[in-house]
Amino acid sequence: MSNVSVAGALPANGATAFDLNRVAELLPEIAVALGQTFAMLLVAIPLAVLAGTPLGIWLYSMSPVGLKPRPKLHRVVDALVNTMRSFPFLILLIAIIPITRFIVGTTIGTAAVIVPLTINAIPYFARFVEQNLTQLGGGVVEAARAMGATRGQIVRDVLLVEAKPALIGSITIMTVSFISYSAMAGLVGGGGIGDFAIRYGYYRYETGVMFLAIILMIVLVQSVQIGGTRLARRFDKRR
Amino acid sequence: MISIRDVSTVFTTAGQTFTAVDAVSLEIPRGSIQGIIGFSGAGKSTLLRNINLLERPTSGSVVVDGTDLTALGDEDLRRERHQIGMIFQHFNLLNNRTALQNVELSLKFAGVGKKDRRRRAQEALDIVDLADKASSYPGRLSGGQKQRVAIARALATEPKVLLCDEPTSAVDPRTTASVLQYLSDINAQLGITTVIVTHEMNVIKAVADNVAVMEDGALVEQFDLADLSRPGFSPATQIGRYLISDDITLERRPRVQQKEATLV
Ligand SMILES: Nc1ncnc2c1ncn2[C@@H]1O[C@H](COP(=O)(O)OP(=O)(O)OP(=O)(O)O)[C@@H](O)[C@H]1O
Ligand SMILES: [Mg+2]
Repeated sequence: MSNVSVAGALPANGATAFDLNRVAELLPEIAVALGQTFAMLLVAIPLAVLAGTPLGIWLYSMSPVGLKPRPKLHRVVDALVNTMRSFPFLILLIAIIPITRFIVGTTIGTAAVIVPLTINAIPYFARFVEQNLTQLGGGVVEAARAMGATRGQIVRDVLLVEAKPALIGSITIMTVSFISYSAMAGLVGGGGIGDFAIRYGYYRYETGVMFLAIILMIVLVQSVQIGGTRLARRFDKRR
Repeated sequence: MISIRDVSTVFTTAGQTFTAVDAVSLEIPRGSIQGIIGFSGAGKSTLLRNINLLERPTSGSVVVDGTDLTALGDEDLRRERHQIGMIFQHFNLLNNRTALQNVELSLKFAGVGKKDRRRRAQEALDIVDLADKASSYPGRLSGGQKQRVAIARALATEPKVLLCDEPTSAVDPRTTASVLQYLSDINAQLGITTVIVTHEMNVIKAVADNVAVMEDGALVEQFDLADLSRPGFSPATQIGRYLISDDITLERRPRVQQKEATLV
């Protein structure tokens, strides 16, 4: 009867789950890994919001219930967005290597991971935007049309204002899932805290180090989620 | 002021056509309050939305203050709408903007500059006695207060026409009276031609000058409110008579005798 326990997975050099010396030794590496994760998120998420928002607005506007329905064109772009979203992240990472090389001049390292992360995030966020706008219902749009607003004014002064709390919530959800996506960055030498956990925990059986990395990821996810929820609540004036 | 000329609106859903407004003609005099009454689904809202072309009629024309709206392109129509205020059953205020910001929005859409906007929005809130709620969000206002903000929003651009779709159907009877009082005062003081769609006869009796009765998309009868107090006057149509009698009549059947045993 094999007893798979944490102790059983420990390496021969005797590192225990909380060997402080080992942790101290790896501290600089952990700091670098965290920095890489932040770099990925701080570039990919804003880029995705910047590009995904207009795409999402477009999807909403051209949809059959939108401000300027173009059902046929909408179906085409809708299918393209679905196609982009169908790629498992790992496959996308490899499939777009030529594009990555073209954009950042290299196919390995943190910069190289940011490209597939961003490409994955744009249609993801566009869907969030589309859904958040659709869910607002027709009442405020109807009122704005009656007031003689242009389509641009309806989007800027009505829809985006009303959807702001929901959009902040969506950015939060996206950031959380990208913290774990960025763990796959290791495949192209992108680094990051998730990659760090995989390297030490999975390849070297240093369970203690892996736990530390995972705890850091939990703290990261918790702070993003709590911060995002607070911000969304601050902007939500419904109650 | 408003001429609705032989207007029909046909909806096509899944290959089926449905005539929501059926060849309606109606003249609404300048400065008057026109009531439009009918049962649910009669086409009242569709006809009201035909006036500012939120719903473009399938045929016929709508002339407001001498301008044939049905002949205008999108851009000209958009500009004409600055002259036509509208309020709704569910208020349709922006939740994430304060009362003042909601009112400012209609002025912004009408192209009023930032500084004038603030002042005129405050004046409009003053008309509906909500100056003290200027910085409140709609979530903190009662139904009656929300409708008053919506009225201020519609008034701020100094429109010639005010369209009201069931303005009191989501508020209690006392609040209904207050909202109608504001609409009546505004009509009297500013001379805004007002159209009120409702299914409540007491609303019509309280504020309207003229009433149009709709049934199945058609305008079946029209009379002056003054007619109602004339001895011997009775609406010509059955639905008109039913609507003015505004009591609920049921056919009450005798109670079924309960068997003693079932009570044990
Ligand atoms: N966009 C639309 N597409 C298809 N049918 C519609 C549309 N809008 C309204 N209708 C139909 O037209 C008819 C009239 O609707 P309308 O909303 O004008 O009635 P109403 O008199 O305002 O009723 P209520 O008192 O319930 O508000 C209804 O049968 C409705 O189902
Ligand atoms: Mg209606």
